[in-house]
Amino acid sequence: MNMDLIQPFINSLDAVISETMRCSARIADVTMEEGNYQRTGIAALVLLSGDLEGRIILDMDAAAASQAASELSEITGPPSEETTREIVCELTNMVIGNSVTQLNDRGFKFRVHPPELFLIDVGPWGTLDSETVLLRFELPKGAVYLNIAVHEHMDALVGSPA
Amino acid sequence: MEFKPLTSGDRPKIRFLVVDDSVFARKNICKMVEAFGGEIAGEAGDGIAAIAKYNDTHPDIVLMDITMPKMEGIEAVERIVHDHPEACIVMVSSVGYQDNILSALQKGARHFVQKPVKPEAFYEIIRYVLSENSETTRPAEAEVQP
Repeated sequence: MNMDLIQPFINSLDAVISETMRCSARIADVTMEEGNYQRTGIAALVLLSGDLEGRIILDMDAAAASQAASELSEITGPPSEETTREIVCELTNMVIGNSVTQLNDRGFKFRVHPPELFLIDVGPWGTLDSETVLLRFELPKGAVYLNIAVHEHMDALVGSPA
Repeated sequence: MEFKPLTSGDRPKIRFLVVDDSVFARKNICKMVEAFGGEIAGEAGDGIAAIAKYNDTHPDIVLMDITMPKMEGIEAVERIVHDHPEACIVMVSSVGYQDNILSALQKGARHFVQKPVKPEAFYEIIRYVLSENSETTRPAEAEVQP
């Protein structure tokens, strides 16, 4: 995978976490993955189609999801699981939306599909021609994972932006 | 932060339709609208529901997400503005690239706000859109005066 495609996701996650949760997200690990993805906590998935195709999963472990829910819902006491899921979905929407904005400004054209909760424990599917990059970010409490399996569409490679 | 309540002409409260597929995002935006002194005329979770709600409630402003199931926000803008050219719609989306913004503005949206939304900037944009709206309607009002 072209690592230049990854940087916008790193920038966006840091910016969105900083803006919404008022804390920093420090990148702790970057690994290439093969096979299925096993989620660690509450996760949401976004599909991309167009010059870049594939899917991205944002996965917050229990501590990070709980911190996000408390910070964003502004309610006292522990937020419900439903609220926590909604908040993880919306954070995913913001991180991916901001990332694709940066990628679009570099010439990639694509469509972003609405985020969906990723409820199964193991899955999906890096496609055969997609390598998967797993980014682990540390928050003051807990960790956030971005699992990115995208590839440039063959038509886009012909006139690929520099 | 305290906001001076938004007004427009002789309307005591500005009425908003909030459209977003995320329940959390809608709640969050509704909270901001109320902090700005606005009133929630309705909520919708996709473009089709937004058109129906618009026809039911005739809000002063629509706050419209872009990426939604069933019908996306830009198509909903086109349809609402086609039937109601006076509709005042502000896009609120995390996907803020040039093509999206241009397309929304060409279809009749008045402004664009990128998520995560900063309340202070959001307030100023709504205030600006309301003032623009009252300026565009003022000459017509003046013409009917004796």
